[in-house]
This record gives sequence, C-alpha cells and structure tokens, in this order.
Amino acid sequence: MSAVADRPRTNSSGWLRHLGLTVVSSAGAVAVALLLGALVILASGQDPVTAYRALLSGAFGDRRSIAETLVAAAPYVLGGLAFAVAFRAGLFNIGIEGQIVIGGLAAGLIGAADLGLPPVLFLPLALLVAALAGGLWGAIPGVLKSLSGAHEVITTIMLNYLAFRLLTYVLTKTESWLPVNPQLQATEPVQPAARLPILLERTRLHAGVIVAVLAALALWFLLYRTTWGYRLRTVGYSRGAAAFAGFSWGRVVTGAMFVSGVLGGLAGAGETLGLHGRQISAPQGYGFTAIAVGLVGRNHPIGVVLSGFLFGVLRSGATKMQNTAGTSKELVLVLQGVIILSVAAFASAGRLRAWWARRAQARQAPLGEATTIGVEPGSTPPV
Amino acid sequence: MPRAMTVSDDAAPLAVEMRGIVKRFPGVVANDGVNLAVRRGEIHALLGENGAGKTTLMNILFGLYHQDAGEIRIEGRPVRFQSPRDAVQAGLGMVHQHFMLVDRFTVTENVILGFEGTGTLRLDRDAAERRVGELAESFGLRVDPRARVEDLPVGMQQRVEILRALYQGSRILILDEPTALLTPQEVEELYQTLERLRAAGGTIIFITHKLREVAAISDRVTVIRRGKTVGTRVTAETTPSELAELMVGREVSLRVDRPPAHPGEPVLAVENLVVRGRGGVPAVNDVSFSVRRGEIVGLCGVEGNGQTELVEALAGLRAPESGRVMLKGRDLTGADPRTLRRAGLAYIPEDRHHRGLVLPFSLTENVLLGTSEDPPFSRWGCIDYGAAEETCERLMREFDVRAPSPDVPAAALSGGNQQKLIIARELLREPDVLLAVQPTRGLDVGAIEFVHRELIEQRERGRGVFLVSFDLDEILDLSDRILVIYQGRIVGEFVSGQVSRTEIGLRMGGRGGDERGGGQAAD
Amino acid sequence: MGDFFTVELLTAVLRTATPLLFAALGGLLSERSGVMNIALEGFMLLGAFTAVAGTYYLHDPFLGLLCGALAAAAGAAIHAVWCISLRADQIVAGIALNLLGAGIPIFLMQRLWEQAGRTPSVEKLPMIASGVSILVPVAFLLVPVVWYLLERTKPGLRIQAAGEHPQAAESVGIRVSGYRYACVIASGVLAGIGGAFLSIGDLSLFTRDMTQGRGFIALAAVIFGNWNPLGTLAATLLFAGAQAFQVQAQAAGVGISADLLLALPYLLTLIAITGLVRHSRPPAGLGRHPTVD
Repeated sequence: MSAVADRPRTNSSGWLRHLGLTVVSSAGAVAVALLLGALVILASGQDPVTAYRALLSGAFGDRRSIAETLVAAAPYVLGGLAFAVAFRAGLFNIGIEGQIVIGGLAAGLIGAADLGLPPVLFLPLALLVAALAGGLWGAIPGVLKSLSGAHEVITTIMLNYLAFRLLTYVLTKTESWLPVNPQLQATEPVQPAARLPILLERTRLHAGVIVAVLAALALWFLLYRTTWGYRLRTVGYSRGAAAFAGFSWGRVVTGAMFVSGVLGGLAGAGETLGLHGRQISAPQGYGFTAIAVGLVGRNHPIGVVLSGFLFGVLRSGATKMQNTAGTSKELVLVLQGVIILSVAAFASAGRLRAWWARRAQARQAPLGEATTIGVEPGSTPPV
Repeated sequence: MPRAMTVSDDAAPLAVEMRGIVKRFPGVVANDGVNLAVRRGEIHALLGENGAGKTTLMNILFGLYHQDAGEIRIEGRPVRFQSPRDAVQAGLGMVHQHFMLVDRFTVTENVILGFEGTGTLRLDRDAAERRVGELAESFGLRVDPRARVEDLPVGMQQRVEILRALYQGSRILILDEPTALLTPQEVEELYQTLERLRAAGGTIIFITHKLREVAAISDRVTVIRRGKTVGTRVTAETTPSELAELMVGREVSLRVDRPPAHPGEPVLAVENLVVRGRGGVPAVNDVSFSVRRGEIVGLCGVEGNGQTELVEALAGLRAPESGRVMLKGRDLTGADPRTLRRAGLAYIPEDRHHRGLVLPFSLTENVLLGTSEDPPFSRWGCIDYGAAEETCERLMREFDVRAPSPDVPAAALSGGNQQKLIIARELLREPDVLLAVQPTRGLDVGAIEFVHRELIEQRERGRGVFLVSFDLDEILDLSDRILVIYQGRIVGEFVSGQVSRTEIGLRMGGRGGDERGGGQAAD
Repeated sequence: MGDFFTVELLTAVLRTATPLLFAALGGLLSERSGVMNIALEGFMLLGAFTAVAGTYYLHDPFLGLLCGALAAAAGAAIHAVWCISLRADQIVAGIALNLLGAGIPIFLMQRLWEQAGRTPSVEKLPMIASGVSILVPVAFLLVPVVWYLLERTKPGLRIQAAGEHPQAAESVGIRVSGYRYACVIASGVLAGIGGAFLSIGDLSLFTRDMTQGRGFIALAAVIFGNWNPLGTLAATLLFAGAQAFQVQAQAAGVGISADLLLALPYLLTLIAITGLVRHSRPPAGLGRHPTVD
C-alpha cells in the first residue's frame, strides 16, 4: 500500500516541487480514465467531446454551477483527508462512509436540539460534537488493530454497515427521546443557529467548503510540522524504525484512526449542518469516493484538496452531461473505478520495474561490478 | 513415485562436482572460483564463516541462482538447472534453513505437495499416508504422517523436509545449517538419520560453521573462505585447529592505526542478563560484561548465537527476562529506547533499511529519528524543521555524507552514505556509550575505513564502544577486549593481541574453554 | 399459525441465504488461494444486471444466467490481473471493481432502456417449489462440491498451498499464479450467479444497487465461517436466518428489535475477527506474493 504513497517534503520549495510531481503523476491516471471514458461514450454511440464539454459547463458554466461544484467537493475533500491520514500511518481505512454517517447523525441530533445558544457558540459546538462522534467511531478499528491485530479493512467494512443500521434505528425508533422524525426518516431540522452559513446568495454554497480547506491546512500542519505527525509518518513507513525511535505503534495507530474519524465526522456534519439542514437516512456514498480522492491526491493534504475538487467537478457536471449530451451520469462512477485502477497500475508499474530489475541482477549480475570479495549481500537476493 | 536411495558400496564416483563456480552480486563476489567434489555415499561438510559463500553455492547447485562461470556435474553428467524442480528431477533435495512447509498441512500433505501423482483428480489421502508412513519407516524417520506440521517440534519438522526430499526421489541431500534451530537431543537424532541415509547409499552435503559438527558427522570436509575453496580434508585426518585456521585464515588484514587504550570507569555494565528469544527459549543466558570509557569491546560469534537478542535488550527493544543493565551507574534494565537515548546510549543498528532509517524520509527527517521529541528540534509539540535541516547540512559536511541536498530521500543514498548519516545522527547527542552492530555490513572498502576510524575516534574521546560483528577481522582490528558468544553465553574473554585467531575460531565454533555441548535455539 | 409460519420462515431463509452462499463460496475460493476479495459486491451487481440483459435479448433465462456469470467473471479477471500479475494493492483493486460494478449496470441500463432505476421485467428462472428457485438447491449443493474440491482433490491441495505459503508451493514447482487466477475468476462466476439469483431467480428485473451490501455480508460469512465451506454455510444460514426472522417477526408483530437482527452479521464478524469468541485464522499467505518484492 505504501507504494501509492509519496515522499513527503519538509521545506517549502520541496513541497512545491512535490506538489508538481503529484499533479503530474495523478493527472496521468486521471487522463487514462477520461480517455477510457471517452471510448465508452463513443462505444455507446455518443460524442465524447459534446459529453465532456457539457460536463465542464455543468461544473463551471455559471455562478450556480461553480457553487454546486464546491458544494460537492467539500465532503470529498474531508473524506479524502480522512483516508489520507490513516494511510500515512500505514492503515487502509474504508470506513469513512460510516464515519460520515455517525458524524452527520451527531450533528443532526445536537443541531436539532433547542439549546438556545447563539450561532457563535452553537455552530462550533455542533461541529465539535460531530467531530468527536466521528473520531470515537473511527478510533474503534484502531483500538481493535492495536489490541488484537484485526485487519482494519474488514473491521471498517463491518463498522460501515453497523453505522447504517444505527442510523436507521435512531431515525425510526427513538422519537420519544431524540429529535427525529420517523415519517421522514430524518432528524428534525437543524436550528438556524447551528447551520453552516450560506456563502453565496441564491446558491447552496455553504461554509462547509471553508471547513474542508481549513481541515486540509490543519492536517498538513499536523502531519508535517508536529512531533505527532512525525511519529505517525514514521510508523506508516517503517514499524522497525518506529520501534528504534521508541514510538508506541498501538497509540499512533489509534490516534491516526481517531483523527481520520474526526475528519469523516466533519464531512458528515458539513452535509447535515450545511447542505440538507438535517440528517437524512440515505448514505450518499461519499465515503467510497473518498478513497479515490485520497489515492489520486497521493494522500497529501494539498493533493487531496485538488483531487477532491476534481471529483466535485465530475459530480456536479455529470447532471448536465446527462441532460444535454444524454450520457448517463453514472459514467462518473465508472470513471472513478477506472481512475482507481489506473492509479493502482501506475503505482505497481514502478514497483514491478524495480522487482524485475533486481531479479535480473540476481540471476546474472553484469561482470566487473564487483568490488568487495567474500561478503554475501546483506539480505538474501530475490529468488 | 518415490525412489529409494540406491545402495552402493563404491565410494569413488562423484555424486556432485562443482568446478570454478563464480557468482557475483552487485558489489560483491559471493563465489570466486569455488571447487567442490562430493563422493557418492558420503557425508560431506561444507564449512565456512558467515558470508563465506556456502549458501550461495548451494543455492546455485539447487537451481535457485545461476552461476556466472563454472561447471556443475551431477553423477558425472553436466547440468544447468533452470529451477529447483530441475534439480529435484536430477536427484537433488534440499532442506532449507527456513523450512518450506505449510504449517496447516499434515505431514503427508506437505510431503506429496507438487508430486501428488498423475491420474485422477481425487487425492487419496489414505494411500498417500500409507506410502509416506512406509517411506518414513524404511529410513527410520519416526513421524506421524497424519500430524499437522504446526503441532510438531522443530526437529520433527526438519524430518518432514528430509522425508519430502526422499519422497521426491532425492539421492543427494543438501542440508543448510540444519542444527541451527535444534535442541541437543534433536541434533543427535538428526545425526542418526543422516547416518542411516548414508548407509542406504545416499549422499549428504552438510553446511555448517560449527567445528564440532564437522567432527561429529562428516566423512570429508571442504572449507570455504571469502568465496574461495581453501581446502578439502578427510575429517578423520584433520584437527579442529587446522579447520579453524582454514576457516578464519591467517593472513594479517590491513591494520587500523589504533593507539593504545586508556580505559576509564565502566559506563555500561551488564549483569547476569537473560533474554528470551522467539519461542521462549533463553537466547541470552546469564551474560555479564562491562564496557569502560575509552575502550572498544568487541563481541564476536557466529550469527544466531544470541547477539540479536542481546543487542535488542541493550537498546530497549526487547525486555530482558532477568539480570541488570546499568548505564553510567543507573539501572536502566528494560527501559524504552527514548529513555536509554536520553541517558547517553547511541545505537547503530544492524539493519539500516528497516530500523536505522526511514527510507522514504528525507535526510533531514532521518536526522530527527529518535530525537524528534527533544530540544532543539521540538518545541510545544512542533518540530523545527529549519533547525533540523541546518543540523543535517552540518552533519553532511562533517561526516562527508554525499547527497545533493538534505531534501533527498534516504533511499537515494549509497549504503556507505546511509551508514555515515546514521553514525552522524547517533553521535549528535554526545553519547557515553556507542552500541554498534555490524556497522560495516555490505559497505565498500572506503566506507568501512571511515566507520572504523570513527569508532576509534569515539574511543579516543572517552566513550565506551560495544561492537558486535560477525566479521572476526573487524573485531580483531578494532577491539581492546574481545568477548566470544556461543549459544547465548559468553564463552571467552580476551585482551586484544594476547589471543590467536585460531583460539577465537575454536571458541566461536563451540570448542575449547568452558564450552557446553549441543545446539540450541538462538535465532 | 404455527406450521405455516415455520414453512414460510424456512423458505425465506433459503431464499435469503442463496445469493449470499454463492458469493461467499466464491469469496472463499479466492481467499483460500491467497487473493483478498472485497469486490464480491461489484461482481454480484455485474452478474445481476447482465443476467437480465442477457435474458431480455436472448429470451432465455438460462442464457441470461450464463451472461451474468460471464460478465462477473470478466470483472473478476480484471481483479486477478491487477492483484496477481500487476501486484497492485488488492484492496484498492477491490474498491475499484465495486465502483465499476455499481456504475456499469446503471450506465448500460440508461443506454439500453433509457431508465436509471430499473430494467423491464424478463422471464425468470424456473421454480422448483413455491417461491424456491432452481438456483436454491444448486447453491446448497455447491457447498459439498467446494468442500470436496478443497479437501479431497489434488488441485484443492495446491490451491490451499498457494494460499497458505506461496513460496513453499513455488519451491515444489506449483504455478501459484495459475491457481490464483482460476480461483479469482471462479469467485466472479459464483458471485455473478448469486447476483443473477436476485434479478432473474427471485425477482424478474434489475434495480439499481439491488444487492444492498450482500457482497459484504458474504465476505463477512467467509470470515465468520473461518474460511471453511461448512463454517461459511453455517454463517450464511445464521445471517439469512436473522434477516428472514426479522421480516417474519415484523409481519407477525413480534416485539424484537429488527435493527439488532439486521446488524447481527456485522457485529458477529467484528467479534470473530478480533478473536474475542474463538480463534479466527485467515489463510497465512493471504495477499502475499510467491516471490519477495
């Protein structure tokens, strides 16, 4: 998994160059996917140029569509960050969907409560509760992993479905003591004081997009400027080196999953407190796209912002593509799948090349390379 | 179907002949014109130090590697194997050091895997178990064909590997360090098995670095040193001393300029230390020693005799079972690595890639490894990467770490430069004790010289250096005092210059002095 | 209502268990050969949709079933290429195939029938009894077949060796990647049939996301069944039983928490994998390649 990861940078000129590399190599994967998508459109008897043009104009055509693109990008960025922070610690978190549900539900329940607080207190409180709920939910796989070694991929899958069940239960069975509406299968509307404010009049663009960008900056700082981030990245790359330095693996893994859950919870809170104004019953599937966002963004906070924006473009443009060019907006789902496959192929291409090179070297090393005599190589050469 | 070893009284024809085998790996020549002639029906020991090239030679023989030059004949016919399966078909069998067994399979399933027989798809377990049981019995290998491998002790698992080779029709059996993981009783049983196989006409190549084993089991012995054959002897006509000399060599290596030591008070004291290894066996058994300021104490021994566990206990990576570790008079038994580092311990680990460095990290980030929480790099939980980068640049200048910038990943550096970076980082804290494990492993000559000079420099500055190495030359060149470890115990302590290589070689091989018999798990 | 309730419950359990069982047996084969498979959900969706499309155009549900199995096998082949030949991350590949499995049917549905929610109705596979499709006994018969394959045949021994210790298997000349390809593609075929059961065995049409996470429940059954065909059968029956019982209980107005019953598979799997109940033990070589890379 670490092969998808990239070398993080320390100084400012370094990360700028790193950013450039990230964009170039991820852009390759996206380009391959768009090309394949064009072939699919062509094969289904339509004009890819028209379709993609419609997609772009659907995403950027006017004030409203740009706002919709940003609205769609916000949960992608937060979800992608949730994936990225776990990935940096060497964990494959596919439980973001569940974290979003839990965070959104917590935000909906606290936001619908009549606390009589002013916005300056209520909104931060609602965000905090959602972040904590998501964080605690997210920390479960971390705790299980550090205690029993349970694979986080399996535990997060199971926790996703448990979160869905919990959501249904709360929305349908708890009206006696919680602010929910079983008829609508939703929480009661969030109090105005807890809503994320609208940024642009007559659009749905809410402050969740600001939360996402701030979260990206905060995560960048956390990962690349703090001792906590240093520990996390060391654990993610090398358990041996982490032990050498005296870092506790279990604590780092649990902490990374907690932060991942906080970010997932904020993604859910953005939807509840910003977009819908209440927690609704149907999971939106952002959590799975978030994995693609993280991978395409090379699991770097800045990369994730860019790739989250790209996925927001795809999502908001898809509707127009369907309406004007007749190309199903589900093409976007297919494109996501292809993007992930090409990212994976790009990543393994490098590893395969290295492997073949080593293999060839071990089988028949070129003459005249030897300088030392009588020492076997440190590790057994590949067989 | 299983072919039993054919009985042959004639010892003259050669079962295996390897002539002028050369095998190069990037940067090293593992085999440099090795000759080996093994007669049919003999037990032939292949003796050499770690890194002498024994395993490489056998991997070539078994088709795992291809030689760059040289010729192999099996029973007189020239061969060139593309894969182990070719070697098996030519009648060879190998018992690997790390067994190639499926833990959850039964003995029978492991033995027949890949050679289940043709015909129906159905796997006739009963018939297979009978066949395997009969085969085992015919060679006196007591093992239950129905037992699960994971439930068997190590010695029994090894027997399964031997049984598998026999089942596959091997007439020539290669055993790679077969006693490394066995208890003394299991070693005894292995000897009996090998003798029975020989009696049945089988040929056995026995790789070892233990002199006692050569004497106990082999008919003839070929000694390899530094990738070259240095001689073949009839075991009965040689002595352990002669073999030890052949194995470790006599020639004087390039001496490091080493002024006389002026040791001060002890800075590291280890008392009656017991450390358990994998599987709960004591890998370090009642070890006591001390390292004083201004001296280098070298620990030599063959790999796998408890060095790893001892080092890990000293570095805070493994909790000792009992005993004490004192650093500058402070009891730091079982302390974590950070506490030890703050108390004045520096550690140059054996594994640069998985322990000493984080390869994808930049050089600056690697300089922080182990000190990321301490001033001057850390304040209020934040890391001052600017300060770290300045330090990194200074260290790169002072220690001549050749890299374009502190910003490149450690993976991009050569082994020598990686090691320089680690040493530079570890010395940054002005430690009192330097724990250096295999500090020159895999380095080129220039880098080795640098590391050696640096260790002596540290001694001159009044630091205590504890050097662990499998390379006897390195130990002899650098140490003021020499400890020999064998099976988790210190079996000899010498003052440098007052002991012969042969004496040390004997101790490393478990002979002489207060040695105890038998092998034990010390991996 | 005593007896009637029991027969109906039994039928419901069998119907609920059938698609899970197909997919779980497929997942079991893949994982026992050493390839992680979280893409069962995607394979099921591909199979469910293509079975309807095949039936629609070929006018024969059996040909439709074949189409469904082949489409899912094609998806599984992609998974195999990525996981085995390209040595890509097996989780990443699985996620991608789940997205493809979700997206492709809806994309094609729109293209073929210009509707995104559901396909037109098609002919169903025959029933052997009221509410019991012909695929139901097939699923249950497959359990001993898979068990026999793994435990009593020579290829089965090699599949297990590939999944437990790929290096050891290669060292005795077994082509690990060949066995793994076969098993992953078989997992696609089986999961595809499981999906086809939903669309042309139980219903007679395809609706978007009609598997509703059954692929993941199937994966849970494999894990809870400790990677063993009989254990997987038991887990499948337990999960299906909980679900069917919940439906029946709700209809009969029995006061039991439906949500708890529905959450049972996930909860039990979570408990099983953390080793709190008993020793859970995946194949030792799961996700490992025969040669070090």
